[in-house]
Amino acid sequence: MHELGITQNIIAIVSENAQGKKVQRVLLEIGKLSAIIPDAIYFCFDICAKGTIVEGAILEIMEIPGIAKCHYCNEEIYLEKPFGRCECGNTHLELISGEELKIKEIEIEELCV
Amino acid sequence: MCVTCGCSDSEETKITNLEKNQVAHYHSHTLADGTVIRHAHEETPHLHAKIHNTTINLEQDILAKNNLIAAQNRGWLNEHNILALNLMSSPGAGKTTLLTRTINDLKQQLTISVIEGDQETANDAEKIQQTGCKVIQINTGTGCHLDASMIERGLKQLNPPLNSVVMIENVGNLVCPALFDLGEQAKVVILSVTEGEDKPVKYPHMFRASQMMILTKIDLLPYVQFDPQKCIAYAKQVNPEIEVLQVSVTMGIGLATWYSWLNRKVGNSVL
Repeated sequence: MHELGITQNIIAIVSENAQGKKVQRVLLEIGKLSAIIPDAIYFCFDICAKGTIVEGAILEIMEIPGIAKCHYCNEEIYLEKPFGRCECGNTHLELISGEELKIKEIEIEELCV
Repeated sequence: MCVTCGCSDSEETKITNLEKNQVAHYHSHTLADGTVIRHAHEETPHLHAKIHNTTINLEQDILAKNNLIAAQNRGWLNEHNILALNLMSSPGAGKTTLLTRTINDLKQQLTISVIEGDQETANDAEKIQQTGCKVIQINTGTGCHLDASMIERGLKQLNPPLNSVVMIENVGNLVCPALFDLGEQAKVVILSVTEGEDKPVKYPHMFRASQMMILTKIDLLPYVQFDPQKCIAYAKQVNPEIEVLQVSVTMGIGLATWYSWLNRKVGNSVL
């Protein structure tokens, strides 16, 4: 359950960047090969946000597909797991996307005067 | 201040339509090249008191803080010519047994100190202490892995000597520790033959992150259904670069190869 620690990190980073204002929405980018389960983050989010300026914020997660480039034939292939085999038979793959673990943007409440 | 575009109210022209109860704001902006842009917003007056949201682009890596501290640890270790290895496995694979034997066998050649990670108890640290080496225990409580800041604090407590080796025995877990850089020079995954031979494909993140896989308890091979070749093939499928060693600590099999790997690593880091 490293997602609990990760979610605590998310709340801390969001709180630091929210300029003391109430947070309405948090958008994360999570790669499919990142070893982080979005459902577990959703599960932990409300619990971790309780009592902070992030409490009540909507959590959105954008899942980034896993893509790797084959070292031999340069072909790009989609991966569901952090390893695989290219059609040419090679397993030396370089992951080019899918390992993201990022807070993309946050939306804060602004009261206008 | 105008809430829609953020420009100052001071020069604004207001046109009020009493019939519709609408106010139109006119603004003019002077750009750097002297161009004057005029534009208008039409809105009802009460809109000025409404709450609206601002989006902030963060683009921030969630593990950035851990990675930064890990980089600082790595720098500190390099400056002190210390080789740090992060040993990971599931519980019971034989990390502590491998460590105590290694420390005892290499006493004359290498100074090894140990950071022990467990959820609870100092049992492992006590076992290591019996070898006479410096050791500190980190109890993570509910935490399932060590992180870079724990190692930062651990290194301060441990105060390992120059030109030495620090073995970090992570919490027994094949999932979470793979994600957290501690500042080590290499991750070593330990897998015993009493486990499933397909663990590399079941826990691919761990085996992908590791530079070396050590198969332990190979003296038990006659009694268990474990095909080392299959296991190695799985590991190479996940990580074609992974190096593999097969050892039995209690029978002393394969340890010489492990020690020469270790000495090579020390030679590379301690100049």
